[in-house]
Amino acid sequence: MKTTGILAAALLASTALSASAETVRWARAGDSLTLDPHAQNEGPTHTLAHQIYEPLIIRDYDGAFEPALATEWGPKADDPNVWVFKLREGVTFHDGSAFTAEDVVFSFERAKTPDSDMKELLTSITEIRAVDDYTVEFVTDGPNPILANNVTNLFIMDKTWTEANDATKVQDYEGGETTFAAANTNGTGPFVLESREPDVKTVLTQNPDYWGMDTFPMEVTEVVYTPIQNAATRVAALLSGEVDFIQDVPVQDLGRVGDTEGLSVKSTEQNRTIFFGLNLGADDLENDDVDGANPLADAKVRKAMNMALNRDAIKQVVMRGQSVPAGMIAPPFVNGWTEEMDGSVSTDVEAAKALMEEAGYGDGFSIQLDCPNDRYINDEAICQAAVGMFAQIGITVNLDSKPKAQHFPLIANGTTDFFMLGWGVPTYDSEYVFNFLVHTKGDERGSWNATGFSDAGIDEKIVSLASETDLDARNATIADIWSTVQEETLYLPIHHQVLNWGMSDMVGTAVDPSDSPKFKYFTLN
Amino acid sequence: MTQTELRPKADPARPSRFSRAVNSDLFHSFRSNPVAVVSAIVVMVLILAAVFAPLVAPHDPFNPATLNLMNGFTPPGEANAFTGDFFVLGTDDQGRDVFSTILYGMRISLFVGFSAVLFAMVLGVILGLIAGYVGGWVETIIMRIADIQLTFPAILVAMLIFGIAKGITPPAYRDQMAIWVLIVAIGLSDWVQFARVVRGATLVEKNREYVQAAKIAGRSAFSIMLRHILPNVMNSVLVIATISLALAIIAEATLSFLGVGAPPTKPSLGTLISIGQGFMFSGEWWILIFPALTLLALALSINLLGDWLRDALNPKLR
Repeated sequence: MKTTGILAAALLASTALSASAETVRWARAGDSLTLDPHAQNEGPTHTLAHQIYEPLIIRDYDGAFEPALATEWGPKADDPNVWVFKLREGVTFHDGSAFTAEDVVFSFERAKTPDSDMKELLTSITEIRAVDDYTVEFVTDGPNPILANNVTNLFIMDKTWTEANDATKVQDYEGGETTFAAANTNGTGPFVLESREPDVKTVLTQNPDYWGMDTFPMEVTEVVYTPIQNAATRVAALLSGEVDFIQDVPVQDLGRVGDTEGLSVKSTEQNRTIFFGLNLGADDLENDDVDGANPLADAKVRKAMNMALNRDAIKQVVMRGQSVPAGMIAPPFVNGWTEEMDGSVSTDVEAAKALMEEAGYGDGFSIQLDCPNDRYINDEAICQAAVGMFAQIGITVNLDSKPKAQHFPLIANGTTDFFMLGWGVPTYDSEYVFNFLVHTKGDERGSWNATGFSDAGIDEKIVSLASETDLDARNATIADIWSTVQEETLYLPIHHQVLNWGMSDMVGTAVDPSDSPKFKYFTLN
Repeated sequence: MTQTELRPKADPARPSRFSRAVNSDLFHSFRSNPVAVVSAIVVMVLILAAVFAPLVAPHDPFNPATLNLMNGFTPPGEANAFTGDFFVLGTDDQGRDVFSTILYGMRISLFVGFSAVLFAMVLGVILGLIAGYVGGWVETIIMRIADIQLTFPAILVAMLIFGIAKGITPPAYRDQMAIWVLIVAIGLSDWVQFARVVRGATLVEKNREYVQAAKIAGRSAFSIMLRHILPNVMNSVLVIATISLALAIIAEATLSFLGVGAPPTKPSLGTLISIGQGFMFSGEWWILIFPALTLLALALSINLLGDWLRDALNPKLR
């Protein structure tokens, strides 16, 4: 009797284990901003989209290209201005309709519209044409050597579904618009959206008709995604077994998680730089105490602020060694990065004070810093530490921290004086950084350039990068643009992030340097 | 005949104000209650420490220019490994001295607590007097608003008010405004108790003979409410005020803990606890424990004092 009881209990336990073992409960600080795959070019938004939608090409965890909806790609042999993509056959969307070249043409055209946040990546494309059901050609204005780099986060939507649901127009996220595509999905990806409550819980289930069922491990059958903003609560959830995988282990808890039986931390340097942006273009700042003038318009002030930042102290205390102090706003992964520029800044409070004096702000001024509190590792603590550092050169900084959903629109709309931003470079090339952050804010480029910096000469050079085929000449132009960015101190670089993923021993995955886990790769023990 | 003539002349044999206070029933009850004495001492020490924080505290944690980030996470009673600086209760993640930050934080907590209760008291007493004395539709409107508000948790009402105020305040003034908004938010969520008690007491008092007499003597309604009824309901008001003070301090800490109160650059006790909570698992216990103990000591002693005061002033319990 007793033995049967134990046996039954063991049986029950094992079935319970195998049932739950296929579910990965995943937590990170913030949620995806929208389900519309073209509305926000933002890390966590793309990460969720990657489970549901697919681009033509993706990058694997080593940064190498991997075929997704395209099987082959490359410039056309007889015409360098045309790229040809061969599409995967036999793929269906979650609603059962077939994936064809029409959908690719539709999605790219959609992503090129003004409301799209992906348009900067597609500026060189002038025409997209479907040659047959499974071949697409992209015509560029001049040869574009890195077109493939630009499409790894460009998700393909179903034309019929999108049109039928009146969602052809991209959601205007900053304008507060809500659309059908922002709350519903129909992709080709490995997971289907089961339910979603923004900022609370999103459930994904495996797509049984996924084309890659035999290509990838596909061991996870259900993903439960819960954003947990509070760092201590997030760690407690992992320690107590409430979640299996957290993407951002707080730096103070790395030891605790690593030492816990059944849990491990995996780390890698991330393809992302954290920095402050300065609104140097405005005639007068919104929230400062200087009337009729913009103190940030003076390069001396910007240089002084750059010198006041003690990046080593931030690394040592706020990040507990888990960061790489930065002197430029692109990480070492990126073409155009140089050790010289990245090591070019040092802390010198006395020299900074002298520069402030020279600029006529010896008595300082006050300014508001807009800071996110659920996006980057210790974002608010970094801003707070910086408040103290700027105070030492007489600048009174009023810190306004808020969730990213309220912070990012300030930058995209250009209504901030002084802000924190982090930038990852999925194309691994400086052109991406320039297109979004340096080019004059306009219809096609510069959508995240809230600095107000505008220089026709620089704009011309940035545009020329898209069609320069001589790689040496192209790299020379990149170096040239960087020297202006550095000289003008458009941004105050802080550090390159180090990623720490915490997981239970059940979950098997490597760490993606772009911080975008793809659950189709996960293995389960 | 004027009022002054009715008052008793100063009598040289009459004991002084001080000795009258010392020999009063209230003070006797206080002396014979050790819990009340200890609570009062704790409250006094904490209030004095908060009021004289700039003299007592070794650092000014609200001046970011004086902070050295390298002092961050110094354990209590140890010297910092990089700077050699020493801190009695250690430092937080920004290199702020925890002891000084607690003193300055307590100033905010106490200021918000006292002001919010004062605000709630003035509002509640006025509305309660009017409702009780005037009656009719005025009473119905005031008391139904009070009833409706009672169905919402006070903290929710406070968060709602805080959210709206933050939305309409220009960002540059938000840090300065935060404290005043907290006071109004907590005060507005707390007036109902005062109003209900005062209305109840007024209903009883207004039919007493002395009120009738004052009416016949031609006193205005305002004067009767203020000079005759109010002094007679003040006992209950004081008891509620003391207990509300403890609740208001906790409400402020809760709001700040949730991130809608005092900003992290000018932390109150609640903000400090919220900061410390992030370092619970990593061994920096002092950032959480010391502010939490201070809040506990403050709120508990005020509450115990309130309990004693209720017992002492309520003849039915004697």
